[in-house]
Amino acid sequence: MGLESRLDTPWVATTIDSVVNWGRKYSLWPMPFGTACCAIEFMGVVSNRYDISRFGAELVRFSPRQADLLLVMGTITQKMAPVLQQIYDQMPNPKWVISMGACASSGGFYDNYSVVQGIDELIPVDVYVAGCPPRPENVLGAIVKIQEKVSREKTAAWR
Amino acid sequence: MEQAEISTRVQQQLGDHVVQAGEFQGQHWVVVEPPHLHEVLGTLKDDPDLDFNVLIDVGGVDYQGHEDDKDWRFEVVYQLLSVAHNHRFRVKCAVSSGMEAGEVAVPSVWQIWRTANWMEREVYDQYGIAFTGHPNLRRILNHDDFEGHPLRKDYPINKRQKLARPVDNLLTDDPEWA
Ligand code: SF4
Repeated sequence: MGLESRLDTPWVATTIDSVVNWGRKYSLWPMPFGTACCAIEFMGVVSNRYDISRFGAELVRFSPRQADLLLVMGTITQKMAPVLQQIYDQMPNPKWVISMGACASSGGFYDNYSVVQGIDELIPVDVYVAGCPPRPENVLGAIVKIQEKVSREKTAAWR
Repeated sequence: MEQAEISTRVQQQLGDHVVQAGEFQGQHWVVVEPPHLHEVLGTLKDDPDLDFNVLIDVGGVDYQGHEDDKDWRFEVVYQLLSVAHNHRFRVKCAVSSGMEAGEVAVPSVWQIWRTANWMEREVYDQYGIAFTGHPNLRRILNHDDFEGHPLRKDYPINKRQKLARPVDNLLTDDPEWA
């Protein structure tokens, strides 16, 4: 006779980490930091054909205080750099960052005086998405990668 | 008035001040030197037959490497439009070579057309040409800690700048708005 038969209601044994991570990974709230053409492609990711809500990440927040996934989509100029840094700092922990497209990841073809050569000079990046602009599938792929990363998270580490 | 006519008229009235006159694809221009810029542009605006009431744009050109056909290194180019007469004209201001950054100076035409304010700031920012008499000659496109003037031909193409500092308040930081 198992332990479960001694209790009236059904129950499962799990860890806090699994429950929290399971909840988090299917309810990412993205903060879109769109500065160029990649942001237009992101509109395709959100709308019905590609439908980011299939992955639970459709609740796009325009306040960094309410978001846990920063999507940097587009060319980041040196003048924009302090703004991006501040937006990242304003997001509560835990938070993740996707760098979408060649520009955000490496400066792209803007190898010039005014463009930051990759946002990893400013903030930590979890997933880079290649392409100019990346296909919506690639962005969804990046969301899945973030979900994998979230599911490995240790809640204790955030305390 | 046709551009050729405008050019002839300017050369007749202000012949001493016109260093060079030219034409390309039906578009005419005159080249003047900084000390006479105000007089030439002022005449273009105030003469009722010319009446250039709009300054469309101010641009800069760096002719480094063209020493064979140019006696000056920089040009500041003024694009003019008369709404009343529906005609256009172009005036170039020759700025001599051999000058260091910041020493290259052209009188500001801000008193003639108020729109020159931001346009001249852009030319100053990108080419390092100072506009004397400008009310607020600061960088406008690049951040305040930027070193050098990136559209000069001798600006190294892969030079990296330090990152911009955060700006507390764009408006109150600017004496024009404060
Ligand atoms: S990577 Fe390409 S599509 Fe994306 S912002 Fe840069 S230029 Fe535009």
